[in-house]
Amino acid sequence: MSTPSTAEAPIIEARKLEKFYAQPDGSRIQVIAATDLAVYPGQIIALLGPSGCGKSTLLRMLTGLSPASAGSVYWHGEPVGDGSPNVSIVFQSFALFPWLTVLENVEAPLEARGMASIDRHKRALRIIDAVGLDGFESAYPKELSGGMKQRVGVARALVVEPEVLFMDEPFSALDVLTAETLRGELLELWLEHKIPTRAIFIVTHNIEEAVVLADRVVVLGRNPAHIHADFIVDMPHPRDRKSSSFIELVDTIYRVLTRPDHEHDSAPPKSAVPGKPLQAKTIMLPHTRPGGVAGLLEILMDQGGKADLHKLADELSLEVDALLPTIDTAVLLGMLRLAEGGASITPEGEAFAKADIQGRKAIFRKAALANVPLLCQMQNALKAKSNRTLSDEFFRDLLDEHFSEDETRRQLETAIQWGRYAELFDYDAATGKLTLTEA
Amino acid sequence: MPSPTVSLQTATAIPPALKRPAGSRWSWSFLIDIAVFLFVMAAIYGVYSVGHTWLGPVPARVEISQSPRALPLYALYSLVRLGLAYVFSLAFALAYGYAAARSKAAEVVLVPLLDILQSIPVLSFLPGVMLAMVALFPNSQLGIELGSIVLIFTGQVWNIAFSFYSSLKSIPRELREAAIIYRFGRWQRFVELDLPYSTIGLVWNSMMSVAGGWFFLMACEMFVLGKRDFRLPGLGSYLQTAASNGDTRAILWGLAAMVAVIVILDQLIWRPVIVWADKFKFEQVETAKSTSHNLLDFLGRASFVIRIFRVVVRPVLDWITVNLAAGAARAAATFSAPKRKSTRRWSLIALAAVILAGIGFAVYHAIGELSDLRRADYFSLLRSAGFTLLRVNGALLIGAIWTVPVGVAIGFNPRLSRIAQPLVQLAASIPATALFPIILLFLIRLPAGFEIAAMLLMLLGTQWYILFNVIAGAMAIPTDLKEAANIFHFSSRDRWRRLILPGIFPYLVTGMVTASGGAWNASIVAEYFHFQGGIISTTGLGSAISSASDAGRFDLLLASTIIMATIVVLINRLLWRRLYRLASTRFKLET
Repeated sequence: MSTPSTAEAPIIEARKLEKFYAQPDGSRIQVIAATDLAVYPGQIIALLGPSGCGKSTLLRMLTGLSPASAGSVYWHGEPVGDGSPNVSIVFQSFALFPWLTVLENVEAPLEARGMASIDRHKRALRIIDAVGLDGFESAYPKELSGGMKQRVGVARALVVEPEVLFMDEPFSALDVLTAETLRGELLELWLEHKIPTRAIFIVTHNIEEAVVLADRVVVLGRNPAHIHADFIVDMPHPRDRKSSSFIELVDTIYRVLTRPDHEHDSAPPKSAVPGKPLQAKTIMLPHTRPGGVAGLLEILMDQGGKADLHKLADELSLEVDALLPTIDTAVLLGMLRLAEGGASITPEGEAFAKADIQGRKAIFRKAALANVPLLCQMQNALKAKSNRTLSDEFFRDLLDEHFSEDETRRQLETAIQWGRYAELFDYDAATGKLTLTEA
Repeated sequence: MPSPTVSLQTATAIPPALKRPAGSRWSWSFLIDIAVFLFVMAAIYGVYSVGHTWLGPVPARVEISQSPRALPLYALYSLVRLGLAYVFSLAFALAYGYAAARSKAAEVVLVPLLDILQSIPVLSFLPGVMLAMVALFPNSQLGIELGSIVLIFTGQVWNIAFSFYSSLKSIPRELREAAIIYRFGRWQRFVELDLPYSTIGLVWNSMMSVAGGWFFLMACEMFVLGKRDFRLPGLGSYLQTAASNGDTRAILWGLAAMVAVIVILDQLIWRPVIVWADKFKFEQVETAKSTSHNLLDFLGRASFVIRIFRVVVRPVLDWITVNLAAGAARAAATFSAPKRKSTRRWSLIALAAVILAGIGFAVYHAIGELSDLRRADYFSLLRSAGFTLLRVNGALLIGAIWTVPVGVAIGFNPRLSRIAQPLVQLAASIPATALFPIILLFLIRLPAGFEIAAMLLMLLGTQWYILFNVIAGAMAIPTDLKEAANIFHFSSRDRWRRLILPGIFPYLVTGMVTASGGAWNASIVAEYFHFQGGIISTTGLGSAISSASDAGRFDLLLASTIIMATIVVLINRLLWRRLYRLASTRFKLET
């Protein structure tokens, strides 16, 4: 069904939408680069990307929950600030009120619109029935299973008959089977026009979920977030996961997701401040632990040093989210090469996988110093000090010119993890002191 | 599809969602209705009797009867005072916490202010509050009554406000967003999100506050201010009079009455409220342990209560929500209204200016008052502060020394815990000030008896906080850690050093913080006491505050209050907050 009818006017249109945090020194931390995005009626759009890339922020800006730093969002051509769009969000954590019953939870949005009690009941009961919660009206959320809770979340979202239904990773807190059931039920409501909703916008990190549900898959790249690719899914429902076109599309998206796009990787342009040691290009470290890389490489070795990423993820039953950072790390360290959706291990990677614990540390140290400028700089800075000791605050100050506060913390944590593993330096969490490891 | 009327009945929520048993129990629920009705009648009579005395003229001199027969009425008077003070506290705390959490500008001022207000001892408010109230109502008892209520209020309100504020700040992001995206108006948001989310914290802090109210009841019902002697009939004044007269029999009667009232309150109000509050626990999964309470079941079964709730409370709440919602929807037609924002900003600035002017005026006069004091006065106050510092920390140390092993023993041993917990709770519920006269009777004969008694009072007033927290901490130590200690044959010294002390550390710190604040406040009562027709006192900051208030020396009172508040705030900032941070980072038990 639903080939995107781009002839129709979009319901939502984001023009040059940006999110950044201005820093006291006048620079800014860019979270989302200027983005154009339009939601057309009759479509399910999936927004796909690794975690922490800004998907949820984008969703919140489109709904008006979070103000844009620049650019604007238009609803039927009107700026979002001037009207109040009729939208709902289904949340990842369900966000139900635990002290209200199922019925009261579903009624709450109607109450907010000033609807009289009798009408509220009728409408809420109808939608509760539609999502299959019949008989649970007077239950409290904590009595329900995860799947049932999210059904309440969906019922609450649908009861206001939103024009666009936003879903923020709605199924990622559920087990695999329950998630699959709920996806099926959502599609049924949508395809059979049981709900007046005109478009669904779903944020996910699960490629298959996106391809199963959506008419259009928008892939976000990160640092800062930007639209990396835009796919039209032109397959009839119900979609067969085993069909060749399905597998091909999933593979393609995988490839796009893992393809590094260097044109965006460079940090926001900053005038290099003289006297500061961090002048080289800042690479954002994937948040992983060295142990994960070793595990990944070992598995690859077992498979003859080469594997298809999609199959690998499938075999490990990992979602993109879990696998991507580890792959990124291995690539960054020069232990893995990516080519056309497949990954092959490099000689360094092979040596790393085969080595014993001490050997691995030596190889990791070499690879890290060669490929991770931050670790190099940390080592140099420590060497420059007569007592070979520096406070983590020092590095935090350097990093936070490039990253948001949270990201700075995570970057430093990761760098410290790697540095400790590589035995470059030691770290005392209580005092926050880094000390150079003497060879 | 079930009809809406059916669901209306099943959707009854507050109070206890207990469905009435089938028809066979009609007669039983009728009896319950009668009981509830009689209770309401009794309450109405109580209100009438209280109102009668309050609006009456000021008698030349109130005589506090020492007859046990006066006790029920006195208990009622005290209860009404505590109750009203608590209601005011709750209302004020909700407003204060709400303002601090919702407005960034207000937050900057209100939160540090709360910290300071919390550390000002209750009795320091006494002269100002009293004189203001008596001036407002010169011809009736109302002024003194209100003064006493405001005094109790100042001792109860701050921690409730802080609890509400921090609950509001910790509402999960997605819940907040749900409230926005579904266009909750302020009222609906308050009733369906803010208030329920904060309920558990509010309940526990309310219990602590009311306990604090009992602690200071004696001081709040009977005091001398310069030449004026204020007395209000009540349990506190009964005990205070008995102590002043050295009447052991009356002291025992008063103490028994107070304990009885506290136990009844605990059973009739706090226990049911705690069970009811369980429903507001923010958890995704139901815990296996289900709590229930007899009275709650009982009330839930009274058709009278259910009917009132259904016919009156629910529709009224509904009406308010829907009406305010319709208004809010109209107001929110513009998603963000920049114009209103600027007018609000101006009104905020104006408000801030008025407040600043008020503060400036107060500071100017305070400096005027303080400039009358000589250097010797300050010196002696600082010396007193040193003594009180020693006493407070001595009491804390002793408290920690005995509560840590006992608390750990109770926490590690479920059987002991079952026996000890109720006993400890009962002991903790007796206000130490009421016990004080009895303790004094024994200790006054010893050399330095009052010194010991003063520390004992501080200890009695504060050790329970430490004990409860240590028990909770010991219970929270995971079994596998204990098993690991067993497997590696830890010596008992190592077990304490490596497992128990680090494990309970965050809890111990929490308990000590509360206890420390409480001990400073208790010093006012502990260091200066009307007893057996005279005043016994010892050198200390608390004693300085009490005697200054007795003598109507405002300059001394002001100076000593400022010193005490400064010390408490400094200790909190320099010591407790740091330990707290350490506890929440390094000693946090995470899975």
